[in-house]
Amino acid sequence: MPYVEFKGQKLEVDEDGFLQEPEKWSPEVAEFFAKHFEGIEKLTEEHWKVINYLREYWLKYGVAPPIRMLVKQTGFSLQKIYELFPSGPAKGACKVAGLPKPTGCV
Amino acid sequence: MKIDKSLPARKYKLYATWKRDMETLELPFPREWSHKEFNLPPDWKKIALKKMEEVVNKYRSVKLFLDICVKCGACTDKCPFFLGTLDPNNMPVARQDLFRSVYKKYFTLTGKIFGALVGAEELTEEMVELWYTYFYQCSQCRRCSVFCPYGIDTAEIMIAAREVLTAIGLSPRSLTEAIAKCETIGNHMGIPPAALLSAIQFAEEEIKEETGIEIKVPINKKGAEILYVPPSADFFGGPHWGTLKGVIKMFHQIGLDYTISTYASEGGNFGTWLGYEHMKKINKKLVEEARRLGVKWILGGECGHMWRVIHAFMDTMNGPLDFLEEPVSPITGTKFKHAASTKMVHICEFTADLIKHGKLKLDPSKNDQYIVTYHDSCNPARVMGLIEEPRYILKNVCRNYVELDPNVNREKTICCCAGGGLLADETIELRLKAVRPKIEAIKRTGANFLACICAIDKAAFTEYSDHFKLNITVGGVHELVGNALVFD
Repeated sequence: MPYVEFKGQKLEVDEDGFLQEPEKWSPEVAEFFAKHFEGIEKLTEEHWKVINYLREYWLKYGVAPPIRMLVKQTGFSLQKIYELFPSGPAKGACKVAGLPKPTGCV
Repeated sequence: MKIDKSLPARKYKLYATWKRDMETLELPFPREWSHKEFNLPPDWKKIALKKMEEVVNKYRSVKLFLDICVKCGACTDKCPFFLGTLDPNNMPVARQDLFRSVYKKYFTLTGKIFGALVGAEELTEEMVELWYTYFYQCSQCRRCSVFCPYGIDTAEIMIAAREVLTAIGLSPRSLTEAIAKCETIGNHMGIPPAALLSAIQFAEEEIKEETGIEIKVPINKKGAEILYVPPSADFFGGPHWGTLKGVIKMFHQIGLDYTISTYASEGGNFGTWLGYEHMKKINKKLVEEARRLGVKWILGGECGHMWRVIHAFMDTMNGPLDFLEEPVSPITGTKFKHAASTKMVHICEFTADLIKHGKLKLDPSKNDQYIVTYHDSCNPARVMGLIEEPRYILKNVCRNYVELDPNVNREKTICCCAGGGLLADETIELRLKAVRPKIEAIKRTGANFLACICAIDKAAFTEYSDHFKLNITVGGVHELVGNALVFD
């Protein structure tokens, strides 16, 4: 399995950079993933609002929230979320938040 | 046919199944492997040929399709993956021949005696690599079958061929990750029951904000008349969300006695694209849940390949569904006679019938911001002949409707190119090449809303819309129905 090194730790990821060991996620890992995989230089408060909501929902329900719910609960439009995470909510924001890659017809 | 081995599309391969998912699904030879390093088991050839013999003998249609092709060439330029890549192995006949040539070599008298002279080929590791590559560059859309004078069904050959690949430990992650979630959590998206409830609750809240009406969606309700099964993407995705809400609103308006199940929460069936075993297993969930809940019949949502399974396989795999009743619309009294055996009705058939009988209160001007065109989803169009119903609905719920070019429309529809397990990031370059003729046709209509009745279509075309700067909204037919519904 591919991996990336971060602070002397090996983090297993898939080919697209999704973390395969959810327990190894931390805010520092998020900063690192954002820069390394998504080209986001610095995570702002707005980024964190999205990341925190995703993580909160995922820890509670075991899956990412519906896109519309994310939009509503963060108060950001979908367009705004794409500005924050250019690869989008599922492929960009979920990756930084340490959630698994969404599967199925999405 | 001599197999050309320097090929432009050979680089496109789906990523390998995770070892953990192979274990979950009890797939043969769970191990670390990749699309570049197969790490085949030592006796792979024996296993492959044994499996090939089994599928060819068991599924007579497959044997027939392998035997009767006369290489007339009618299919060659009908496959979007061939048109997009110009890779000769993506001609449907050549794709089939990758399998057919090995079948000939080992299972036909002429092939055994005359070998390459009659197009028979040895099963080698290189052949296996070509199999994994090109069998997974087929979205099983069956456009080629429309033009084949014999009606040879490439999809059916691919199902058998992929089953052989699975037997030697080769399968793509784009399928198996979703299948594993479907069989352990309940659906391809991996939405557990509590999350599903939370999504539906959120949809109810949104509907209340938008229309003022309070709706409570019946979940796991025993004794409901109808079990409604949408694809699980409807509980999650952006372009799918409007369909979920549209359907909920419509059921409310007609006072339908229905239920949604957290167990049978997946209309789709990615097992179909891996082989027979998991197709059957996933389909069985639906059957058993209908039995457990004691419903009369099943209404299926805006999903594409689900209907392939239902119309071509369900009856013999998990049927007969004698414990259900022949579907009758409780609102109009219409008997859905064509569904007498499957006991399953497509949501578009159900809705078109409601409109025909004047049972929906509709104001089509509510969709005036849209110029709508319709993409025929391959499986409903070609398997069920579901061609007129969605159009009839659209013409009743919006006032600006335009058709696509007849060459890529109706039963000749060009696939979204993301079915069959191809909806994966690693295939995006391939898909963008293949879907081009459809995109050009959509552009020419000047439409700003592309209506689809398949969750994969909705996901894929949303992605393509960004890429090709189409400036088009992608959504469901029932999203537009939902918009047009009038509540007093």
